[in-house]
Amino acid sequence: MVNVMDLVEEEFIYPGTRACAGCAMALIYRIALKALGPKTIITVPASCLTVLHGMQGFCTTKVSVLHTPFMTTAASASGIVASLEEKGLADEISVVAFAGDGGTTDIGIQSLSGAAERGTNFIYACYDNEAYMNTGVQRSGSTPLGAFSTTTPGGKKSHKKNMPKILEAHGIPYVATANGSYPLDIYEKFQKARKIKGTKYLHILSPCPPGWGFPPKDTIKIGRLAVQTGFWPMYEVINGKYFLSKDSQKYLDPSKRKPIEDYLKTQKRFDKITREEIKNYKQYIDDQWTEIRKRVENY
Amino acid sequence: MNVPMKTVKNKRIKIITGNHAAAHAFRQAKVGVVAAYPITPQSPVVEKISEFVEKGKLNAKFVMVESEHSAAAVCCAASATGSRVGTATSSHGLELMYELLPWAAGNRLPIVINLATRALGAPWSVWTDHQDFITIRDVGWIQMFCEDNQEIYDTNIQAFKIAEDPRVFIPAIVAYDGYILSHTLMPMKLENQKDIDEFLPPLKHHINLSDISQVKGIDPVTTPHVIKRAEGTAPGYYEYRYALQKALENSIEIIINVHDEYAEKFGRAYGNGLFKTFKTKDADMIIFAMGSVASQARVAIKKLREKGLKIGLLSLKLFRPFPAKYLREYFKDFKNIIVFDRDIGYGFEGVLSYELKAALYGLKNSPFIKGFIVGLGGRDVTNEHIINGVYKGLEASKKGEITHDTEFLGLKLEELDFLKQEDNKNG
Ligand SMILES: Cc1ncc(C[n+]2csc(CCOP(=O)(O)OP(=O)(O)O)c2C)c(N)n1
Ligand code: SF4
Ligand SMILES: [Mg+2]
Repeated sequence: MVNVMDLVEEEFIYPGTRACAGCAMALIYRIALKALGPKTIITVPASCLTVLHGMQGFCTTKVSVLHTPFMTTAASASGIVASLEEKGLADEISVVAFAGDGGTTDIGIQSLSGAAERGTNFIYACYDNEAYMNTGVQRSGSTPLGAFSTTTPGGKKSHKKNMPKILEAHGIPYVATANGSYPLDIYEKFQKARKIKGTKYLHILSPCPPGWGFPPKDTIKIGRLAVQTGFWPMYEVINGKYFLSKDSQKYLDPSKRKPIEDYLKTQKRFDKITREEIKNYKQYIDDQWTEIRKRVENY
Repeated sequence: MNVPMKTVKNKRIKIITGNHAAAHAFRQAKVGVVAAYPITPQSPVVEKISEFVEKGKLNAKFVMVESEHSAAAVCCAASATGSRVGTATSSHGLELMYELLPWAAGNRLPIVINLATRALGAPWSVWTDHQDFITIRDVGWIQMFCEDNQEIYDTNIQAFKIAEDPRVFIPAIVAYDGYILSHTLMPMKLENQKDIDEFLPPLKHHINLSDISQVKGIDPVTTPHVIKRAEGTAPGYYEYRYALQKALENSIEIIINVHDEYAEKFGRAYGNGLFKTFKTKDADMIIFAMGSVASQARVAIKKLREKGLKIGLLSLKLFRPFPAKYLREYFKDFKNIIVFDRDIGYGFEGVLSYELKAALYGLKNSPFIKGFIVGLGGRDVTNEHIINGVYKGLEASKKGEITHDTEFLGLKLEELDFLKQEDNKNG
């Protein structure tokens, strides 16, 4: 396990980005770039992350970033990888696609599936703020049950899509979940992913103050509650073997989990959630952990 | 400049299809990355390229993508990473790529796409017309059309050189009629690799992500304004698009130069590189057409001349940028033009017809122009249709009938019930 002192001191994002105050995505990106280092090329689709990069002519990162149309993230990464392979540079430079949940679970799922099936040598990172934030909080395939969005004004009627599982089904060597409130875990996972050949997928929960309806100061607390309630288990699947990450291990014991209400009530988007939906959440979490218990190797 | 076609007895003469001509051009242009997805009638291009890659005849990365949208996205990213890239497609494939086409132009990526033309659904049709080619008119690409397999090969080699010229840096599309050329065997010459290498040096790109010492943010959000900061001044969207338009306008000279240089080196010319003319010197009327329609017109013109009608042809090779200045100059002494469009600007006329009218606007003694629609969805364009059109055009010209109404040649309405129903309705 890395500790704070192990993090490289160098920053790869210049100060003063266009992300909102309290944005977990900005934190995730900052930590990921530290873990990836200077020999990295990033590609980014339309999303809040595009906006973070600021305006034409001024690059806010110390590594190159190729912006690409919304549904092309993994295809764009495939193009960079193919060109690097042609030039014999593929082992030297890491190619990393960084996209939102909409860009990943909805419009970009086809190109991601194709790239994973081809075994493209790249890291795909999805920061999951659980809606289309950049365009004004519309629902995505990753919006959770009961959550308000501008296109689900009465709350969403279905659970979020389990994207990491879909990627796992592609038989890729590395799938991991993470959470903006656990930066050291993020750092470690990106470092690990960088060293593996093939397609690596990281899915990172990314609390969003304006989209979820909470004050910017609470970002870290809310991300932690997602883990502490058992809603967001953090794990890695390495060559098909399932490992619970350190900060999630103790929630295998149901008595250690906080009630889901503690998480839901911190965010305005769940204001209209029904009792039925809360019951549904409890079942969802229980089922999730039953499956984890069956699979987990480090227990 | 007009260099006569050499008659050569040569081992380099091969009998191959239009699709394979395109694939050989890619091999000899030494493309570094190809990403493609199969669609009729283009598929043999990518099959042949896969074969070249597998046999080690082409040292390229072939990305077998899951859609044309991704094919185009891979091409854009690989080009931005500094590779020479290309792909091939048809019809629905091109339409699926659409989002990436203005993107590639705006990013000034010298990608080359081969298009075996095919009608757009619905209903399904796998046969040729020029609607797919025409529909991407406004994305900011260089668009060229070919009439035979040799021209496909030659135009591809030139297309890379034009697109990669530092004064240009604009993607190019090379089109040819599906089946009519894509699947037809013709003898053609494949040039020496050494000569092709001399003509087409390796790409020196203006963007190269693989050089990580140069950190770049490519294509983030632009504002409507110019941005001034201590670090420098950055253009707004408007300035970027101005630069693209001006580069397209100026590329015509470069297209001519590249064509002439090729003609000089390899002994094959295609008119002035912008359009090809046939029997125009003494002509009373010129046919204006593209691709398969122009080829058919050549045959029909011989028949018309036997009947004493002095008809000539101008076959358009460069559709974008539209060579308006050169067409104005060429047509200024002609009285009559008849346009055969294998496409429609739906809701208006055939596109070649109205673009030519626009290009000749305000010419002193401007010629009479009449347009016809022909051959949509692969309906044969016959001598009879062309001859019929010419007679109708001459008649309309005598009467001075200027109209934008579309007239379709070769329709078989009389064989269909719905025409009878129309008649009944009309009493
Ligand atoms: C083809 C296409 N459709 C729609 C859009 C508009 N659009 C831009 S970003 C976005 C939502 C992005 O959501 P997500 O991927 O979750 O990223 P976030 O903004 O939440 O960070 C949408 C719908 C687009 N750019 N392109
Ligand atoms: S809307 Fe949310 S995800 Fe987007 S920048 Fe703001 S806090 Fe970050
Ligand atoms: Mg989102």
